[in-house]
Amino acid sequence: MTQIKENPVSESSAVGASVSLENLVRTYGKVRALDGLTLSIEPGEFMALLGPSGCGKTTALRVLAGFETLDSGRVVVDGIELSDVAARKRDMGMVFQSYSLFPNMSALNNVAFGLRMRKQSGSVRRAKAAELLDMVGLGDQQAKYPHQMSGGQQQRVALARALAIEPRVLLLDEPLSALDAMVRAELRDQIRSLQQRLAITTVFVTHDQEEVLSMADRVCVMSKGHIEQVASPAELYSRPKTAFVAQFVGISSRYPVEASGQQVGLFGQTCPVRSGEGYSLSGPVDALLRPEDVTLEVDPEGQGFVTRKSFLGAMTRLVVQVGEIPVRVDVRSDRANDIDLGTRVRLSIVARDVLIAARRPVADDPAN
Amino acid sequence: MAPVSVYEVDRAEDEAVPPFSTGKPRRRFHFRWWRFLILLIVGAYILIPLYAGIKFSLQNDTGGFSDLAYKSLPSAPGFTAALTLSLKLAIATAVVSTLLMVPTSVYVHLHMPRFRRVMDVVTVLPIVIPPIVLILGVEGEYPLWARASPYLLSFMYVILAMPFVYRSLDAGLSAIDLKTLTEASRSLGGNWLKTMWNVILPNIRPALLSATVLTLALVFGEYTMASLDLWVTIPVWIVQAGQTSDGHIQVAASMMGLIGTWILLILVVSLDRSQSRRSRRRAS
Repeated sequence: MTQIKENPVSESSAVGASVSLENLVRTYGKVRALDGLTLSIEPGEFMALLGPSGCGKTTALRVLAGFETLDSGRVVVDGIELSDVAARKRDMGMVFQSYSLFPNMSALNNVAFGLRMRKQSGSVRRAKAAELLDMVGLGDQQAKYPHQMSGGQQQRVALARALAIEPRVLLLDEPLSALDAMVRAELRDQIRSLQQRLAITTVFVTHDQEEVLSMADRVCVMSKGHIEQVASPAELYSRPKTAFVAQFVGISSRYPVEASGQQVGLFGQTCPVRSGEGYSLSGPVDALLRPEDVTLEVDPEGQGFVTRKSFLGAMTRLVVQVGEIPVRVDVRSDRANDIDLGTRVRLSIVARDVLIAARRPVADDPAN
Repeated sequence: MAPVSVYEVDRAEDEAVPPFSTGKPRRRFHFRWWRFLILLIVGAYILIPLYAGIKFSLQNDTGGFSDLAYKSLPSAPGFTAALTLSLKLAIATAVVSTLLMVPTSVYVHLHMPRFRRVMDVVTVLPIVIPPIVLILGVEGEYPLWARASPYLLSFMYVILAMPFVYRSLDAGLSAIDLKTLTEASRSLGGNWLKTMWNVILPNIRPALLSATVLTLALVFGEYTMASLDLWVTIPVWIVQAGQTSDGHIQVAASMMGLIGTWILLILVVSLDRSQSRRSRRRAS
């Protein structure tokens, strides 16, 4: 019987392929879907492409898969240029956003399809397909057809099918977006643990930051066809380089301040400016504040008052109106219970430094 | 409470739904007299001429009934040759039509979706253009040796069948996520032919079958082109036989043709259903 090649997490040597996207340009009419995208992915790495709709993340994935042609640029996998290689010859397994199982085939035959295309014998195909279905927890569903399976089961079969060909790169195109929250969380963990076990280089496209932060080794945040920042989830969250990243990953309030000599004055405090996009700015700028960067005290003389409360479980998010500016602040829920809407509060910064960006009109803040 | 895994949830969902249920609650049937009336009128419109035809074909000269007209059909002069020719033309037309229209429809769906509107108009043209224009205009362009073969008719029948074939295939292809299925097959190593054979064709089988049945029915009923091209197909034979006999035999032949087409339709539908049932049985 064939064995699926495994690479325990403890092993340091990854078996996946390295991927290099070099200066990719792809235009649709006047729209530049990819505008000189350059990205390197290490062997065995789980790279997430994150960004809003239309930022080019799916185009990048489809270019890598061979479904889209490039205007210019190169796709290199393990040192070999694949830009002009047909999709079927790239050895890349893909899981699609929509359920992509072949309706005329059982789960087993779906998983065995790629092996059949590679002319493997029937017994090898069946054994390997059964093993992979076992691996995704569907060993007892081999004979079922797609219309007899739930969405979560179908995506797990699709994952097994993509892994069956032992791909050099695993491509995941928003595979969880059509699933309900509970199944999504479970499948998310399963994908990550399988990816680590098999050490397959994986590129994952999503617009869901929660998925990205919990799954990826590194995240590539994209906007308008180019890269805003590539970093680990922790770094991306705590040290966003641009205002776009700060706004897109996590939630940030924009608060107008005066910057001078890499320092800003905020709520009566002087705070150092965080290195990044706005590091060298001076004069009127916006400070980008995470809800956990700010704390509050009830104070009748305070500079703002509470206008909104959102219960999040252990924490409650309060929106404090300071002049015309809404500032989000996370406080422990037991403490938030004692703070009513309209209560005057004093804000202070608890972060060691703050990110600043060029000033933007107040009306652009989504909290308004 | 112990945490519930996603597998358990999926299984519970599976068990909650009866096997092969559509998941939709059954609607209670409400009798509406006007629905019954419409059904009655439509049924009468179809069945009365059929009844009259069958009755006439079974009547003998003395006013009684006999199956003589049907029994004498096989030995009627020219009948077997006409039937054979019609069969050959029907098969050739179905094959050429499938080979031409399936890849075209798939290509338009995959790569030129905006062109579907143009295709809708273009494929209606054979209905608008009179057959005499086709036979005189198109045939004149073919070399003599081609015109000497009855199979030239097949190529023109392909044009005639195009509106029905294209619409059937278009509906079948619209019902599946063609782009994703094709890309899934390509990413797994399937080339164009393998994707077509293993993935696309099995999933548009009902559309393909209905296109084939419509093509066969059209060829078995087409008179003008065959007659103008001087080939004796079944419809031409029926008209010719009617000019030299009392008409019972040609009505019997028409009825046989009609019933034959119906049997073919029923066969195709039951073949498709039994295959689906077998698949489900294997799955359960």
